[in-house]
Order: sequence, then C-alpha cells, then structure tokens
Amino acid sequence: MIRAVIVMNDQGKPRLVKFYEHQPVEKQQEIIRSIYGVLCSRAENVSNFVQADSTFGPDTRLVYKTFATLYFIVIFDDSENELAILDLMQVFVETLDKCFSNVCELDIVFNFNKVHTILDEIILGGQVIEMSSSEVVKAVDGISWLEKNPNSIIRVPKSISGWQGR
Amino acid sequence: MNPFSSGTRLRDMIRAIRACKTAAEERAVIRKECASIRAAISDNDQTFRHRNLAKLMFIHMLGYPTHFGQMECLKLIAAPGFAEKRIGYLGLMLLLDERQEVLMLVTNSLKQDLNQNNQHIVGLALCALGNICSADMARDLAPEVEKLLQFRDPNIRKKAALCSIRIIKKVPDLADNFVDPVVSLLKEKHHGVLLTGIQLCTDLCKVNEEALEYFRKKCTEGLVRSLKDVVNSPYVPEYDISGIADPFLHIRLLRVLRILGHGDADASDCMSDILAQVATKTESHKNAGNAILYECVGTIMSVEDNGGLRVLAINILGRFLSNRDNNIRYVALNMLMKAIAVDAQAVQRHRATILECVKDLDASIRKRALELVYLLVNESNVKPLMKELVDYLEVSDQGFKGDLTAKICSIVEKFSPDKIWYIDQMLKVLSEAGNFVKASVWHALVVVITNASNLQGYSVRSLYRAIQISRDQETLIRVAVWCIGEYGDMLVNNIEMLDIEEPITVTESDAVDVVEIAIKNHSLNLTTRAMCLIALLKLSSRFPSCSQRIKEIIAQYKGSLLLELQQRSVEFNSIIGKHKNIRSALVERMPVLDEATYNGRRARSASAAVSTSLEFASNLSNGVIARTDVAPLVDLLDMGADEPVPPCSSGGNFLLDLIDVDMPSSSSQSGTTQPQKSGTDVLLDLLSAWSPPPQKGSPTTDIILLNQDDKPSVNALDILSSSMVPSGEAKPTGPYMMDLLDVFGPNPATPEESGPTFPPIVAYESSALTIIFNFSKRPENPQMTDIEAMFTNKSSDVYTDFVFQAAVPKFLQLHLEPASSNTLPASGYGSITQKLHVTNRQHGKKSLVMRIRLSYKLNNKAVLEEGQISNFPRDL
Repeated sequence: MIRAVIVMNDQGKPRLVKFYEHQPVEKQQEIIRSIYGVLCSRAENVSNFVQADSTFGPDTRLVYKTFATLYFIVIFDDSENELAILDLMQVFVETLDKCFSNVCELDIVFNFNKVHTILDEIILGGQVIEMSSSEVVKAVDGISWLEKNPNSIIRVPKSISGWQGR
Repeated sequence: MNPFSSGTRLRDMIRAIRACKTAAEERAVIRKECASIRAAISDNDQTFRHRNLAKLMFIHMLGYPTHFGQMECLKLIAAPGFAEKRIGYLGLMLLLDERQEVLMLVTNSLKQDLNQNNQHIVGLALCALGNICSADMARDLAPEVEKLLQFRDPNIRKKAALCSIRIIKKVPDLADNFVDPVVSLLKEKHHGVLLTGIQLCTDLCKVNEEALEYFRKKCTEGLVRSLKDVVNSPYVPEYDISGIADPFLHIRLLRVLRILGHGDADASDCMSDILAQVATKTESHKNAGNAILYECVGTIMSVEDNGGLRVLAINILGRFLSNRDNNIRYVALNMLMKAIAVDAQAVQRHRATILECVKDLDASIRKRALELVYLLVNESNVKPLMKELVDYLEVSDQGFKGDLTAKICSIVEKFSPDKIWYIDQMLKVLSEAGNFVKASVWHALVVVITNASNLQGYSVRSLYRAIQISRDQETLIRVAVWCIGEYGDMLVNNIEMLDIEEPITVTESDAVDVVEIAIKNHSLNLTTRAMCLIALLKLSSRFPSCSQRIKEIIAQYKGSLLLELQQRSVEFNSIIGKHKNIRSALVERMPVLDEATYNGRRARSASAAVSTSLEFASNLSNGVIARTDVAPLVDLLDMGADEPVPPCSSGGNFLLDLIDVDMPSSSSQSGTTQPQKSGTDVLLDLLSAWSPPPQKGSPTTDIILLNQDDKPSVNALDILSSSMVPSGEAKPTGPYMMDLLDVFGPNPATPEESGPTFPPIVAYESSALTIIFNFSKRPENPQMTDIEAMFTNKSSDVYTDFVFQAAVPKFLQLHLEPASSNTLPASGYGSITQKLHVTNRQHGKKSLVMRIRLSYKLNNKAVLEEGQISNFPRDL
C-alpha cells in the first residue's frame, strides 16, 4: 500500500501533501521536515530509495525523484514493487504535464486542488487505480467540464469520454 | 457582500503567503485569513464557502490548525452543485480523519451520493470513502459499494474495487460479501478494472484464509491465463510504459500468483511455465521491464520449489547487480537478502559481484551489500572474503569505515579458524581503522592475546611493527601499549618466535620510545595516555636498564593539568622511587583473563543499554567535588587525602585493580565496589572486569589481597604501612586495615555519628552535561536542605552564558544563589557551582522533586536543555 505522496520544492516547502493513513498535522509537518533533511543531504548518483522504517513502521520505503525544482516523494510498504512505483511517479508527472501543458512549480502551487483531483484519479486509498495517463486526463477533464457546466448534471451522457473538456 | 467575509481570492491568498519573507510574516497573513474565514463560517456565508475551504486546505498543507473548517466540508458535500461537492470531498479527505465524530454525520451524504446517477459524483464519494472509511462507515456502506462493483462505467468499478479493499481491511468480516464479485471482476477485459480486481483479490487473500483457499482453487488457472494474455498481447499504446505493455498489470498478476502459490504445490506447478516465460522473455533494458523481472523473481522465491526456476531467478538478481542503474542494484541486494534464506548456495555463486557492490559509489548500496556479505560468510569462505574486505578498508571513504569495521570485526570474531588468523586480521583492522573499532572489540582482542600463551610474543612484535607504520589509530596504540607493557621482554628478546616471523631487533629503549611517543601525543585520548603510564610502570620493572629514563618520563606528568595523569604519575613515581621492594610484585604480568567471563559480561552489557558512558572524570577542583577520583592508594601511599571519601566510589581507582583486590563476595568490609560505579573507567574495565573468579592463593593476584582471613594480605599491608608511617602525614587513627578500607567505602559507623547525611546524586546527565547535587542538612531545621549543584561539561566546546533555572511544586520553596560563573569550560576542566536552598513543608511525607532548565550558548548558538530530577534521596 502507498502510505503517502508528497511534493515539495528544493527549499522544503510542501506543495502537495497526501497521507493515506491519518496523521495529525504536527506529525505531517515533522515528517515533511525529516524527509527534506534526508533528501537535501543526499548525494547525487545514488539510488532513489530511502528506508523509512523510523516514521512509517517496518519495511516501508521512500522513493523520490526530482523534477526541476520539485521533489516527488512516495512512501510505501512492502506490498508494492519499488521499481513500479518509480514508473508510477513518471505517470503522475506525465499526467500533470498533460493537464497543465508543461507543468512547473507555480502551476502546482496555484492549482493544488486540481493536482489533488489528478492524484485521486491515480491513487485511491493507497492503491493504484490507473497507470495510463491518457485515461487519467480523460477523467480529470470530465470533472472540470462538469464543474464549469453545473446544469448538465441531470442529463449527463453515459460516458463523457468523447467530450472535450473546457 | 458580507463585510466580514474574506474578500481575497484563493490565488491572492497564495500570492500573499508566497510574498512573505519571514515565518512571522507568513503567520500573520494566515492568522488574518483564518480570522476572516472563521467570521464567514459563523455568519453561515454560502457564497464563499468553497473558496474558504480551498484556502483552508492550503493553510492545512502548510501545517496550521484548521479544525474549525471541518463542519464546512459537510455542508459543501450536502450542497447540490458539483464544484462545491468536489471541494467538500477534497476537504473531507484532507482535513478530517476517521477518528472524528464528524464522520458519523457524513455517512448519510455519502450514501446519497453513492446512489447518484452521475458517475463523477459517485466517483467523488467512492474516492472519499476509500481514503477515510472507518469501521462503522464500512458496515453502513458496504452494500452500496458492492453494488457499484457492477456499475456501467468502468471508472466506477475500479474505484469501487479499491474502496472495497479499505472496507475489508477495516472490517475483515465483510470479506465474504466480496468474494463472488471479485471472481467476476477477474474476468474483466478492461485493463484498469482487471488491475483493481486483482488488487482486491490479493487483499482478500491476505485478510481471509477461506477466501485464499477459494481463489486458489477457482481462479489460479484463470489468473495464469490472464498473465499469459498480457505477456503475449500485442502492443497497446495506451498502457505502454517505455515499450512494455502494461507493466503494472504484469506486476499485480505476479503478486497475486505469489500469494496463491505460496505453500501450495499444485498452484505453484500451474504457474511455473508462465513464470519461466516471464523470467526469460522480458525485455530488461528499461525500468519497467526490470520491475516485472524483479516481481517475477519475488514470486519464484515464494512459491513452492520448482527445480531450475530459483536458479534462474537468482541469476536475474545477479545480472541486476551489474546493472548501471543504482535503483536496480539496490532492489536486487534487498531481494538477495531474502533469497539467502531460500537458497544460500545459489546466492553464494554471485559472491564476487556482491563484493563489488561493497565498493559501490552509492552509500546505501554499499551498506546493503555489506550486510549481504555478512550473511554469506561461512567457515569455508571467510579467508578470501576477509582479505577483500580488509583490502577495501584501506580505500573506503570515512563515512563507511565505521560500518565496515564493525562488520569485519564481527565476522572475524565469529568465524576465525584459529587464533593467529584472528590476531592478524584484528591487527590489520586496527592499523587501518583503529579509530572506528569499538571498545568491546579491542578488549576482546586483549583477552584473546592473554589466553594465547604461545602467541603473546608474536602479537607484541606484530603490534610493534604495526605501530611503526600507523601512529594515529587510537585503539591500535592502546592495544600495542598494553601488550608492550605486559610482554615487553618478549618483544626485546624475540621470545617464542614463530617460523613465519621475520626476526626483528628491538632494544629496550626502542620499546620505551614507542610508549613515550604515545604519551606525548596530545591528540590521543586521556585513557590511552593513562594506559601509557601503566605500561611505563610495568616496563620499569621489566627493563631495569631503562628504569631511570622511565622514572623521568613519569615524573614529567607530576604537574600535568589532567588530574588522572598527575595522580598516576605521582603514585607511580612513588612506587618506582620508594617502594622498589613491592614493585616487581605489583607489576607482575596480568593473570590470564577469563574468556568465558568476559564474553558473558560483554553479552550482558550489550543487552543492558549502558548508561554510564563517562570516561574519566578529570576534575581540577580537587576535593570539592563529590565524585572526586580519589584513588584508593592515595591514603596508602600517604598522598594525604584529607577529605572524607564520599561513599560513591568512582572510576579512576585503577590501582585498586592493578593489584587486583579480590572482592569478598560477602562484603563485610563496607562494600568495596558498589554495584554501580559511576564513571566507568575503561581501564577499570580492562583490568578488573576480567579478574578471574576468586582463586585464593594464586601467586599473581593475591599479593595484596584484602581478604582479612588471608595471611599474605596482612604481610603485604605490613610492608605498605611500614613505608607509610615514616612520612608522618598519614592519620594513624586506626588499624591500617581500616584506613585502607576507608578509602574504598564509607565506614559503616560514620553515618550514625554525624546525624543523617545524604550521598550526592547525579541529578542530571545529558550527552555532555552533568549536574551533581551535594546535600547538607541544617540540624536546627529539618525542613531545610542546602544543595550545592555542580555543573560539568564533558564536551569539547565551552558553554557560555550558562544559566541554570529550577522549578519546584507548591509544597517546596526554592531559593537560588548566584552561580560561581556563567562560563562552563570544555572537557570537564572545571565546573560551575551554585547553591540552592530548598524548604520542604511536607518533610517526611513527600520527597523532593524538581524541574530544571539549562540554557547556554554553544558556539554562539543558544541551546536549551530541560529535565526533571526525581532521584533525590528520601527524607530530604
């Protein structure tokens, strides 16, 4: 199971924080700080995996990837495949890229709730729903279309995958 | 518009927060926002509700409290508009947690939304439920979710499947309801639905044994077929990740097969063909392919044994080890660690590659590889492996040396085929990384050397050679100095030469040179230099020709600022100068240290987290301190300790051990050693701990045996006392025996004479800071206690602006006098004292208790330490 997804910038400012098991706010901040401490002191050319046993219990790992100014971090336990999680992060970033056309840190800062919606279409309750970024984009477009056309709820078609969002 | 509602848009708030230069500014902005949001909430403002909640989510992410917005989520969820609902559900997932009663209220809204016709609304509700569902909600909403597993839209079926996972994890009893739906999910053609169906199946198997059996019988073949289809399927661009069709589905399928095949030969048999196909056919140029291979290896390792499959799997891992991608090497090492338990022989074949990983550039990989090597070592391969590791020790980087040294030492101790090899390897380690060797390890080496009577000469000569080359490895110097002190004659006279040794010519003065260089090296630890003094004392008797020179060297430390050295120097000087008649007996070679006793002790001390980590308490303010290191021989050799010796005998009394006071177990003599010696002296450990179990009459140990009923001891005392009287300063108040014992512990009679006295306590101890409380009572007022607090700083940095504060509960009154200074010197060179007066109005009923706070500056950085003192003696 995936325990948490965190996006933070290279200054340690959280940009997206999603825990799939409840953590109180203070604990969340503590975790973010300690992860930042680990990541910013990590050398280059080392593996992307960090043991996370101390905060998340035995056999938990943290995998991170850097994209421009952002760290993408996923924390998961031994029921997930480490290498597949790396691909999952790739899918997440590709999806963000498609949704924001060339995503940058500012997009994530100002549209954090859209980013949450995107993430919710990829991971639900710590389990992966969808690994195809085009499927995710379709679902997210459907949601934003509906948001902009509030009156359509009553006669919404069975599948709006054919509809173009916005 | 409501004048109180926040006028700013979400965007503007984020901008304002980003523009803040300091944390204080940010807090101010957020406080203002929160105030206006609270106002809007209490006004029941509708228009901006969802915008306010979005703001709160951002504020929450930054770590500020947002509990006041929780009810707003519920209102938004109940709202008809989709935009409101979406934000409401997002807020629900982020701001609330399942432990809150608010969740009870949301169950009904969720139920309604799960029954909506619009798939996006249902999707939102499922997503929220999947993230925050509690046991109660699970029971209430399971039927809805179950129904949704057949919803027309595949997206909803996916989400419902994952939501079910959460439900069965919360309430495992509900698992039965989901077994049949899963069977039909597993027949799905839609990739996404199949994926989530498999995931639900996996989790059902984990929570419910019956479900596992059921799926094993009914679905194994179907799942194997699905995997075959996926493996052989034509290219599907949608699910392609770097050229491999839907790797995630592969992985999920392999994972569920792993569970179904585990412990079941038939199921394992059924899947072996496809596992072999995946293991051999999968493209391994990209991460996605390797992820599949890695999963496949994991599955092969946990299903029932099938001939060559395991070898195939371990070979894949072997290949991973030479992959250029660090991540792949990392996971391969992890998996090999597990594989060792299954097939150690197959892993052994990749030993060479694993050893290469120990030298990897990536520290985390090195560490894992080292652990793996550690598991691979056995009697047959220990020699070549050790050679590789020791060679690498030379070039490894500093950060890694600690780990590497610990593992090497542990391997050597565990697998050494013979003593000479053990000694050789340890010497290599000591010369390369002596500073990383733990005390217990070199202690053990000394024990082994004393036991190997035919190798003592060899050891001391090898150590002599080693120390010529590496002069800055502390533990090497310690062992060398110790051995030269003990076996110096063997070094000089080439006694017990082994055939393999090259003869060396070492003169007596060469040997003394080594020790002299060490003692003069100020970068060495005090313990080491104190050991040098002992070695010199021993050599003075072994090498009569150098006796004068040694005396001079020792005499140089009479004025040392380090109390420990000064004291030893004075004592030894006196032994060499005035007590020639007992010297040779005093400096006899140490008795053979008992290995079994030492190992037992070591195991014990390893299990009990040792709190006494003090080394030498080198206090300059002699006599004032409770914990003064008054060596027991001080009295004996008339150095005139006129302070009554405090009851807590502490470290530093190594001479006591040198002459090996045989502790009577039924201690009628006022307990020479108290069980808890504060200030554990390393030497004390070294010398006393290994003293053999009491063996009366052993010539080496019983020279100054303090057992009253032993004849020789009396003689020895006579000798000593006779030399004491002429100097005139000793207090000839009682029998010498008593004098001697006075030093070791309190005279049992004293407490009664002077009314109640209280032993000093170590009130507080952190890594560097120690506070000792000395108590005195005022006879006229039993409620009153005067405490003298003494602060010492063992760290290497000076503490400035040192302030001690204390607080006491109401029944106590506390008065603090000004401290003696506000600068606390480093390394225990001096201390601060401060007087406290405490009045206990509940005297006799309650004992003292105190909270303390210490603030000081360390390199101009303010540091705060806090603690509670509750170990006050009773009746204060």
